[in-house]
Amino acid sequence: MDWSLLLQLTLNGLIVGALYGVVAMSFVLIYKASQVVNFAQGEFLLVGAWVCWWLLTEWQLPFWAGFLVTLAFMTLFGMILQVVVLRPLIGEPVISVIMATIGLGIFFQALMKWIFGVFAKPFPPIFPVERVTVLGLEVQSVYLLSLCISVLIMLAFAWFFTASKHGLAMRATAFDQQVAQSLGVSVPKVFAMSWAISAVVSAVAGVVVGVVNGVSSALSFYGIKVFPAVILGGLDSVVGAVLGGLIVGVLENWAQYLDANWLNWGNMVGVAPFYALILILLIKPYGLFGTKNIERV
Amino acid sequence: MADLAPAGDYRSSYREDMTIFPTRNSRIALWIGILLVACAPLALGRYELGLLINIGFMGIAALGLNILVGFTGQISIGHAAFFGFGAFTSAWLHETWHIPVALCIPLAGVATALVGLLFGTPAARLKGLYLAIATLAAQFILEDFFARAQWFTGGVAGRITEPFELFGWRADREESYLYVVLFAVVVMYAGAANLMRTRDGRALVAVRDHYLSAEVMGINLAYYRTLSFGIASFYAGIGGALYAHYLLFVSVEAFTILFSIQFLGMVIIGGLGSIMGSLMGAAFMVLLPELVQAGADALAGGAVDRALNLGNSISFLREMAIGAAIILFLIFEPDGLAHRWKQVKAYWKLYPYSH
Repeated sequence: MDWSLLLQLTLNGLIVGALYGVVAMSFVLIYKASQVVNFAQGEFLLVGAWVCWWLLTEWQLPFWAGFLVTLAFMTLFGMILQVVVLRPLIGEPVISVIMATIGLGIFFQALMKWIFGVFAKPFPPIFPVERVTVLGLEVQSVYLLSLCISVLIMLAFAWFFTASKHGLAMRATAFDQQVAQSLGVSVPKVFAMSWAISAVVSAVAGVVVGVVNGVSSALSFYGIKVFPAVILGGLDSVVGAVLGGLIVGVLENWAQYLDANWLNWGNMVGVAPFYALILILLIKPYGLFGTKNIERV
Repeated sequence: MADLAPAGDYRSSYREDMTIFPTRNSRIALWIGILLVACAPLALGRYELGLLINIGFMGIAALGLNILVGFTGQISIGHAAFFGFGAFTSAWLHETWHIPVALCIPLAGVATALVGLLFGTPAARLKGLYLAIATLAAQFILEDFFARAQWFTGGVAGRITEPFELFGWRADREESYLYVVLFAVVVMYAGAANLMRTRDGRALVAVRDHYLSAEVMGINLAYYRTLSFGIASFYAGIGGALYAHYLLFVSVEAFTILFSIQFLGMVIIGGLGSIMGSLMGAAFMVLLPELVQAGADALAGGAVDRALNLGNSISFLREMAIGAAIILFLIFEPDGLAHRWKQVKAYWKLYPYSH
């Protein structure tokens, strides 16, 4: 066995997994606050990355300005989606809400293809690309940067939910909407805010992936990889989402290693998480940290 | 029985309440509808007939999904994968075992039902959202299987299929294949309509409406949830097999998640829990791209076309139309086309004293 390769793959898995974790976190945020399963999470990454790319290449904005404008746009974008599409569906059955977000997903994916084309486009060089050696392993500096950004976002989330007023209001709403309302929390505002934050955080992840790999519609696949991560971690647990993301990232890299060396099935990177997903659903459907209130038959 | 249903409910026996077509006129309308489709080759071109065939097999698969989603309240985001499995099974059975196509189609349905039951085992224990995610996984796993199983699907090259043949009658053109699909549609729709009148059908609806009460009344939840998954897969398999012997070629890349979403869209747009709605939804979904195409053609050459580059991005416009249609129906007409149709009928039934 090639230990250094395995170690390298694990590190790659952790880096990608951290990004999955960030996206999973923003997915869980929406689910916790408004009980909506957002199948359009990947499109948040996509829209954010394309908008930032467009500002940087077509308008020649410096990176920090383009990035800030993107974040502002995504705040509005998330809020408008919640108010226009999801708010009329409050109280409708699960299937309607799921279908609405799926519809949004298709719509924006096609819209982005229409506007920006189907080919991957690279970001203008923002950070120097060089190889750094960490613990005897070669890593590109952008990957390290993406890992740092992921960790920063996670810390920001931790602060937001434990110390800030809005974060506490959000947790109160997630816990019990009526009690939160009676304590003066505006539930519609919390819903809109959770969508806005989720869109912004996903967009950051989208920009990070875009800077590393170029922007293309493949970004929206992150939104699907999120499901194994959140199910593994527990659908309503922020910590679980991060951990689930990391595990899924490592898992798919290990699966690839296994596949390349012994199985030769091909495409295990893409599918292994879904096999894991089915297994988890059969054995422990509430995940590692989720609330154990699933009705079982 | 009367020609027109009286305003008000005058049914006095269970038998009367359970009839599918309560009035003579509704039965006549059904026969006229079937006759019209049967005469369609006289009036329509091959392209339009192709659309009708499309509506037919999509309608069968959509009906299966409606039994699962609309009648049982379970969710499946992997319907296209089962549809594809039916298509490949039928083609594989014919080529490897030389079974006549007419037999391959129902066999493909049964085989797909078995696979559906396999993936339906989590369905027996999960509901709502968790099931949606499990079927999403099934979609990707089956898609991956199609790409990998060269012996079964022909791999990247795809699989070429033979046209339908029965007692020397070859249905290799739209004009003749239409009758095969029409026959299948009538059988499958009559089957579903009757299923919903049986104990099993009512049990499915009970599971959807209140699963706790259903269980208290002695309905085995796990059994009926799995059963409904099997039935849905059976319908998907039949639809897929009909698709395979119409196109005469099955590609491994055809059965994407977008296709699955299209099936869900048909069910939502047609009306959840409505049998005829499934057919209406299928018709809507098949005709929607045509509508988009017609719109783009109407604008072709103009300033709008040049500014937005409509001609080259028609496939994206179609996808956008699908997404937009699903969202708009959910917000403005959550009960679907079937509900709208009922309102139209009620209007005429009560006319002119509707209040």
